[in-house]
Amino acid sequence: MTDQVLDAKGLNCPLPILRARKALNGMASGATLQVLATDPGSVKDFEAFCRTTGNELLSSSNENGVFSFVIRRTG
Amino acid sequence: MAEAGAGNAKRMSMIVTKGTLDWAYPPFILATTAAAMGLEVTMFFTFYGLSLLKKKLDLGISTLGNPAMEMPMMGMHMKMPNLVSALPGVDTMATTMMKNLIKKKGVASIEELRQAAIDSDVRMIACQMTMDLFEYKPEDMIEGPVLGGAATYIETATKSEINLFI
Repeated sequence: MTDQVLDAKGLNCPLPILRARKALNGMASGATLQVLATDPGSVKDFEAFCRTTGNELLSSSNENGVFSFVIRRTG
Repeated sequence: MAEAGAGNAKRMSMIVTKGTLDWAYPPFILATTAAAMGLEVTMFFTFYGLSLLKKKLDLGISTLGNPAMEMPMMGMHMKMPNLVSALPGVDTMATTMMKNLIKKKGVASIEELRQAAIDSDVRMIACQMTMDLFEYKPEDMIEGPVLGGAATYIETATKSEINLFI
């Protein structure tokens, strides 16, 4: 279980990233956020986002076209 | 508004020169995303790009002189010959089609992206010369952007890792 879940399904670039940033801003360091998205571009984008911001991408998965990213706020 | 270059974050600047609905997307998408990734972002709005800072946005697209543009339609892609583009009403129709696509595909509106840019402290410079040239009134523009000129932009550009012209 993550501390927070963000439903970004149906949203297109750059909204999943923008919404994730907003959610992370309101979270304590060490807390985890799960982002659900349907934008196929979000797979590469969340990898790049986490590398650049120093947040940790704990997992990235795809279940029937719904992508799930678990991010730990460390940045 | 803070001067660019105050913190340790990487910086990005862009010159925004176009004011149509389609061309408004790249600068606002890149600015909001860069800000979300921790960069300090400056946008310099000049010429037609300055209209993106009006309080009331009424953006449209033009198919004229845009030979690469094709819109999905009934499973096909529709291109627009220049001769057809010049007909009255064609740009309005194309704009309506584009706005419908934007909604259907979950793409943010320009209004939403512009607000996101403001909320994430993207620094905006409105070109003073363009304000004079096109006779824009300060009261027609959103609050927040500072007025400045080429030198204001260049100073920012010299301190930025990424400088874009759009």
